[in-house]
Amino acid sequence: MESILSFFNEQLIMLYLLIFTVILGFEVISKVPTVLHTPLMSGANAVSGVVIIGAILLVRQASSGDTLQLCLGTLGVILGMVNVIGGFAVTDRMLEMFKKKKK
Amino acid sequence: MLVSSIVNLAYLIGAIAFVWGLRLLSSPDSARRGNVLAGIGMGIAIIATLSTPLAEGDNNYLWIMVGLLIGGITGWIAAKKIQMTAMPQMVSVFNGLGGACATVLALAELTRFYDGVQVMSTGQLSIALFTLLIGAISFTGSMLAFGKLDGMIKDKHVILPRHGLINLVLLIAVLVMSVWLAIQGSAAGLVLALVFLILALIYGFSFVAPIGGADMPVVISLLNSFTGLSAAAAGLIYGNQIMLVGGILVGAAGTILTVLMCQAMNRSLFNVIVGGFGSASLSGGAGTDGDQVAKVATVNDAAIQMFYANSVMFVPGYGLAVAQAQKTVKELDDLLEANGVDVKYAIHPVAGRMPGHMNVLLAEADVPYPKLLDLDDANAALKDTDTVVIVGANDVVNPAALDDASSPIYGMPVLEVWNAKNIIVLKRSMSAGYAGIQNPLFFHERNRMLFGDAKDSIQKLVTEVKNM
Repeated sequence: MESILSFFNEQLIMLYLLIFTVILGFEVISKVPTVLHTPLMSGANAVSGVVIIGAILLVRQASSGDTLQLCLGTLGVILGMVNVIGGFAVTDRMLEMFKKKKK
Repeated sequence: MLVSSIVNLAYLIGAIAFVWGLRLLSSPDSARRGNVLAGIGMGIAIIATLSTPLAEGDNNYLWIMVGLLIGGITGWIAAKKIQMTAMPQMVSVFNGLGGACATVLALAELTRFYDGVQVMSTGQLSIALFTLLIGAISFTGSMLAFGKLDGMIKDKHVILPRHGLINLVLLIAVLVMSVWLAIQGSAAGLVLALVFLILALIYGFSFVAPIGGADMPVVISLLNSFTGLSAAAAGLIYGNQIMLVGGILVGAAGTILTVLMCQAMNRSLFNVIVGGFGSASLSGGAGTDGDQVAKVATVNDAAIQMFYANSVMFVPGYGLAVAQAQKTVKELDDLLEANGVDVKYAIHPVAGRMPGHMNVLLAEADVPYPKLLDLDDANAALKDTDTVVIVGANDVVNPAALDDASSPIYGMPVLEVWNAKNIIVLKRSMSAGYAGIQNPLFFHERNRMLFGDAKDSIQKLVTEVKNM
């Protein structure tokens, strides 16, 4: 019990951030028109590639002899980077096609 | 000190760029800028992470650069080569890789913990286990969704007898094991943690297995929100704010889309996950039609009805995408517009295989987005429409959803095409839709059927209209 309480206190700022971001996220995104559902999903998907930051930190923090950590971290960097670059590029390609009627 | 302040500021700017970018993504005029802005935010965050001073470790920049290069090139090529009809598959793959990345991070963290290199409190251990679990479910779930959307895997190949029960047992096993591992701490050992990982991977696969067809938009949205959650949880492991913010935003976007997709089919998320329309639906809604005969139109009749109308509304369904007929429809649209016909498109929220998929396909064919009406606008406009042309859609235009309480799709919001003066249904045959139910619309007195492949039929209509 004590360890849970101390964990709660340690992570208090993160908890605030978490809750406010949840509220902000729902506010910002809830009014998306049907036309943009696919780009929103693939754009959001690219943002979830932010997990790559953890992978970069993992590799940087590893000692150069720790092959297991280096391999796991680099695998993470590759996976995250495919998600980031692929996600943003494909969303851009899609949005490029959305245009108003030329008169 | 100065460097770490700059890094923190960069993270803050990155997080603001994510929020603002997603905000701009919610309006068609600003969406492209929004995506670019979020991308810039990501770039800033990555550069900041590369330059932040660390107390420990050897940096290993070579490993990172190789990883960035391989991942970046792979992602770029995939994004440039993919067909727009294959967009749902691509998004599923990218999504699954994000989940896999989170899982790998949690695994690395856990190996250090069980090797005794690193101390973790119960809270930290719980978060690492949660990241491992959600990331793994998202990974295998997305990969199966990819296989299904791509047509490589058929539903019948992966559905076991009593699959709902198997899933329930698996879910309970995974949850119990995660709690047990969190309580046991380092005494449990790495081997059991790996067993847990394998169970989570199996569950992800098994939970998507029975979901198919028209429910795919729901499951893709849900998996998207899982990946967001796993990224946010990984952010908690590293105490990194921008990972938390980015992950939660994605979780919110995925959740909103999941809810919207469920509403569009008038089904609860539980109902979608536990089982599709099932066998009971096959009997439902029968008896309404009996031996009625649908009236058939010739290409010439249909062309005349469209050419001399004041307004025409197309209702595209997935059948249109399968036939790759978007561009042909646009050609017909141009010919009609040139004759002064007002042409619009009615898009049901679950048309296609992912949320908003039909809009993307029509945009690719150069249809301007103001011509695409959503459910409410389309239903309002249908009352004043002369001719409505249904191309490869079925359940979303079924009147039984409104007036037949015994129908399995009763209560689902549908496009009320029968309010238009004339109805033309382009269809291969009289077969039932995804839900496996008959559509009374086909026997409507103002409806005419034009049988044949969607692209083929529209091509004939184009030729016919050209000759008028």
